[in-house]
Amino acid sequence: MASDALESRGPSDGAPVLAPGHTVASVTDKISELVLVRPYNWRWISGFLLSSMLVTLMLVTIANILFVGVGVWGIRRPVMWGWDIVNFVWWIGIGHAGTLISAVLLLLKQEWRTSINRFAEAMTLFAVACAGLYPLMHMGRPWFFYWLLPYPNTMALWPQWRSPLVWDVFAVSTYGTVSLLFWYVGLIPDLATLRDRATNTFARWVYGALAMGWRGSAIHWHRYRTAYLLLAGLATPLVVSVHSVVSLDFTGGVIPGWHSTIFPPYFVAGAIYSGFAMVMSLAIPLRAAYKLEDFITMHHLENMAKVLLATGLIVTYGYAMEAFFAWYSGSEYEMALMENRLHGPYAHTYWLLILCNCLSVQLLWFGPLRRNVPLLFVLSVVINVGMWLERYVIIVVSLSRDFVPAAWNVYHATFWDYSMYYGTIGFFFFLMFLFIRFLPVISIAEMRELVVERQERAEARESSAQPVS
Amino acid sequence: MKTKTPIYGLMAEYTDPEALLEAARHAYERGYRRMDAYTPLPIHGLAEAMGFTHNRMALLVLIGGLTGGATAVLMMWYSAVINYPLNIGGKPLFSWPAFVPITFELVILFSAFSAVLGMLGLNGLPMPYHPVFNVPSFEMASRNHFFLCIQADDPLFDREETRRFLESLGPKDVSEVEH
Repeated sequence: MASDALESRGPSDGAPVLAPGHTVASVTDKISELVLVRPYNWRWISGFLLSSMLVTLMLVTIANILFVGVGVWGIRRPVMWGWDIVNFVWWIGIGHAGTLISAVLLLLKQEWRTSINRFAEAMTLFAVACAGLYPLMHMGRPWFFYWLLPYPNTMALWPQWRSPLVWDVFAVSTYGTVSLLFWYVGLIPDLATLRDRATNTFARWVYGALAMGWRGSAIHWHRYRTAYLLLAGLATPLVVSVHSVVSLDFTGGVIPGWHSTIFPPYFVAGAIYSGFAMVMSLAIPLRAAYKLEDFITMHHLENMAKVLLATGLIVTYGYAMEAFFAWYSGSEYEMALMENRLHGPYAHTYWLLILCNCLSVQLLWFGPLRRNVPLLFVLSVVINVGMWLERYVIIVVSLSRDFVPAAWNVYHATFWDYSMYYGTIGFFFFLMFLFIRFLPVISIAEMRELVVERQERAEARESSAQPVS
Repeated sequence: MKTKTPIYGLMAEYTDPEALLEAARHAYERGYRRMDAYTPLPIHGLAEAMGFTHNRMALLVLIGGLTGGATAVLMMWYSAVINYPLNIGGKPLFSWPAFVPITFELVILFSAFSAVLGMLGLNGLPMPYHPVFNVPSFEMASRNHFFLCIQADDPLFDREETRRFLESLGPKDVSEVEH
C-alpha cells in the first residue's frame, strides 16, 4: 500500500504539487497579498533587525581589512587561503541550487519546481553576492579589482588567460550576471501583477517602473517564453561550468589533496548538495511563517530530500575516490596528506565532515523520514555545516602541511574570520528578508500556468473516463 | 505619418482562456490582422492563432553567442600573440585549450544578454504608456481575465461593425480603448 501511495505521487498524476481548489485568481491573490497586504509582523522585524546587526558587523570587518590589511585574518604561511576562500567556495556552492532548480528542472519539465524556483533564484543571487566579497577582500587592495578585467591600460598588462583564477573571475561574474537576468525576466510578469494590485501610489509607481510596461500581450508572451527557455538552456551548462572552474582553482595547483581530476564533478555535486540543503533550510521556515503549505507541499520537500540523498551519495563517492587516488598514486605526499586528514591535527574536522555529509544523509533512504519536516530542517543545516567542513578540509588541511616539514604550520581563524563569516550570513538573510517583504516569493505567473495545466489535465481525464462509465 | 485613429481599438473581455483562444481564431479568420490578446499567463497557441508563428529570439541568441565566442577568442589571441607575447619554454603563444573556459563563459554571457535585451527590445519594452491600460477592467489582465483587442488601424476596423462582431464571440464585456 505504501508503495502504491508513493507511485500515485508522480507529477503526471500531480496529487500534491499544489493543494486542490486553487484557481488562477486565488494563487494571484494569495501570493501578491504576501507582499501587498500582509503587515510587518514581529518575526519579520526581529529577523531583519538581527540580520542588520550582522551586516553592521560585516561592514566593521571590511573597514578593518581595508584599514589594516588581510593580516587581521588568520592567514599565515603556509596557509594563505583560509576561511575567506573556504567561505567563498561555500557560498558559491550554495548559489548553485537556484539555477539548477530554475533551469535544469524547467528543461526536464519538473512541475514541482514552480513554487520553489523564485526564492531559490533569489538565494542564488544573494549567495553569489556574499561569495564575491571574499576574493574581493582577499585581494588586499580591493580598489584595484578592475585589474582582473581585460582593458587597455597604461601598464600594458593583460590578465593571464591560462590561469584558473582568471577563469574564475569570468565564470563567477558571468554566473552572477546571468542569474540576475534570469531572475529579473522571471519577475517581470509578477511585477506587473503587483503594479495592478498595489493600492499605494508609490508602490504602484515602483512596481510599474520595474515591470517596464508589461501588459501580457500574447505576442510578448511568445517571445518571452522562447527567451526564458533559451536562458534556461544557457544557464544549465553555465551552472556546471562555474563550480568546475572553481575546482580548477585547486586542481591547477600542485598541492597534495588539490591536484586531482575528480574535483570538477565532485565539486559540482557538492554544490548541488549544499544548495538544495540551503533551499530546504529556507523553504521550511518560510512555508510555516507565511502559511504556504498549499504551494510548497510535502511533494516538494520529499523530492528535494531525494536530490539531497543522490548528491550526498555522489559526494561520498568523491571522498572515497580521493582516498583511493592517494593510495593508488603511490605518491608519498598524497599518502601523507590522507594520513594527515585522518589522524593529523585537523582530524576532527574530517570525521565530522564524514558524519555530516555521508552518514547523516543515509536517513533519507526511508520514506517516513523524508516526510518528517523537523528532521529535514535539522538535516539540511547539518549538511551545510558538513559542506563548509569539506572546503575547510580541502583548503586548510592541504595547505598546512605541504612538501617540506619545516614549512608546516597550524592555522587558526581569528575573530575577524568569524566576524566576516557571520557578517556575510547576516548579509544573506538581510537581502532575503527584503526580498520576502517586497517581491513575490513564488512565481505568480508560473503558478497560474500550473493551475490551468492541471485543470486541462483533469478535464481530459474526465472526458476520457466518461465513455468507460 | 499615418493618420491618428479616433480610438485605439475595441477590447473584448473574457473570463476563460479557451473562449479567448476561440475568439482570436474567429477574428483572424474574419480577416482582422492588427490585433493583440492580453493574458495573465502564456496561452499555448494564442499568438499562433493571431498569425504570429515565428519570433526571432533563437536567431538573435545564436548571433549573440557567436559574437561572444569570437570576442573572447580574438581578445585572448590579440593579447597573448600580438600585444604581449610571452615565450615560456617555447610553448605555443596561441594555447587555445587554456582559452576554452573564458570563451565558453563569454558565449553564455553574450547569449544571455541578447536573449533578455532582444526579448525586451522586440517587445518594445520598457513602454511607460500604452492605451490598453485605459480600459478600467484591464488590471484584471494580470489576474484572471483575458482580453482581445482589435486595433482601430486595422483596415477592416469599423467602430460599429467590429463591436457587433466582438459581441457575437460571447465576451463578458466589450469596451472602447481610448488613446
